Amino acid sequence: MADLNPLSLWRRFLATPNDSRVKTLVVAFLVSAVCAIAVTGATVWLRPIQAQNRAVEQQAKLEALISAVPGMSELIEDAGGEALTTVVIDLDDGAASPSVTPETLEAALADPSNWTTLAAGDDIAGIGNRPNYAQIYLLRNGDKVSLAILPVAGTGYGGRIQALLALRGDMRTLAGIAITEQSETPGLGARISEPLWQRSFAGKQLSDDTGAQRFAVARGPGRTEYEVDGITGATRTSNAITQMIRFWTGPNGYGPLMAAIRRGDF
Amino acid sequence: MSGAGNLWAILTTPIIRQNPVTLQILGICSALAVTTSLDTALTLAISLTLVVVVSAGIVSVIRRHIPNAIRLIVQIIIVASLVIVVDQVLQAYFFELSQRLSVFVSLIATNCIVLGRTESFARSNPPVPAMVDALGSGLGYGLVLVLVGACRELFGTGRLLGWQVLPLADQGGWFTPLSLMLLAPSAFFLLGGLVWMVRSIWSEQAEAPDFPPHATGEDR
Repeated sequence: MADLNPLSLWRRFLATPNDSRVKTLVVAFLVSAVCAIAVTGATVWLRPIQAQNRAVEQQAKLEALISAVPGMSELIEDAGGEALTTVVIDLDDGAASPSVTPETLEAALADPSNWTTLAAGDDIAGIGNRPNYAQIYLLRNGDKVSLAILPVAGTGYGGRIQALLALRGDMRTLAGIAITEQSETPGLGARISEPLWQRSFAGKQLSDDTGAQRFAVARGPGRTEYEVDGITGATRTSNAITQMIRFWTGPNGYGPLMAAIRRGDF
Repeated sequence: MSGAGNLWAILTTPIIRQNPVTLQILGICSALAVTTSLDTALTLAISLTLVVVVSAGIVSVIRRHIPNAIRLIVQIIIVASLVIVVDQVLQAYFFELSQRLSVFVSLIATNCIVLGRTESFARSNPPVPAMVDALGSGLGYGLVLVLVGACRELFGTGRLLGWQVLPLADQGGWFTPLSLMLLAPSAFFLLGGLVWMVRSIWSEQAEAPDFPPHATGEDR
């Protein structure tokens, strides 16, 4: 007579020889299942705290970026301290989005239809697809934009690189950069997060008078007004930064927005 | 396995006499990378000790039922899952530290010490000795990490755990930081010196040379 008591079934299972195929499969399955539950549980349970940490860090980096730009704190003081405005823009139109606000941005980006898949030739930053909306920060001086802070992303040697790019009102001069997320090789590519290197971006030009993109992370020391010093031993990371900045300041990135700001439409 | 004396021996053997880093030269990749300051070294040492103890315990509990053919896979899955959980906890509650440790917490999964202890000891011993042995290995690894980390932070920045211990020359003190200490090579020097020291004191740890030095073959 078949014994269906689960406890004795379990005992019978444990008593089967270790080399039997059934036991191998069942043990493998059970171990994987328990581990999967543990990992998923930890991830899901801790995600809100981690997201909060990241948001705090992003804010701190934004503030650090602003305070590092020469003359910024004076500008903000002149404008009464409330000068930095947060705008969600539509990247294709280069104008403020009528429907999406900073509060609804996260929900909008959860919808795949709000992302544009990039053709292989256009995707120089290696990001695959690009959101249609982005949250940017503008500083105004009178009714002209004197500084724009744009979040950018690219793919480095070790993974995704995210940064905040600060542009002067002429939309050609870099005011600064802050790397907010990277997983490059420690000691080599990870040096992109060093403040000293990031400070070297201030004052560099993105493009020449004909409008052609000229900005690059040089190999070795930067020699022209378009180049910042390369990082020794991190050619792929340096190239990734070049491509990331060229992509986001180009026609598929913030190009339309930058044109609009230059025209004075913003 | 008889009594507390035996457990004590299992615990203390790997701390100095069989230290996984200085004797077996295991896990030095992370030992070199995270020791620029004492707090990162401590965090990684604690994380590794936790992972190795818990994984040794789990592997030891189910040791009679791990099929031989997939035993390494089973061990790696357990270790890797624990590492992910530890990493997630660090990212949630010690965000700034986890940013500085970057990938090295996840790399605990590939640390030879962890798999070495589960494979060679936990798989054939009951849970309590297995966990004690793992704790000893973790502490041995941690001891080296903390020593190297403390040296590097103290001489590289004049600080320990962020407290200014040696007054810096540019702040009116007398100490000029050795920036070499903050670069990767210094960890090699310190670790090499440490291994040399340990093997001079406990000379039975010194290995026989693989190749005898060349005789010059000439009489002068």
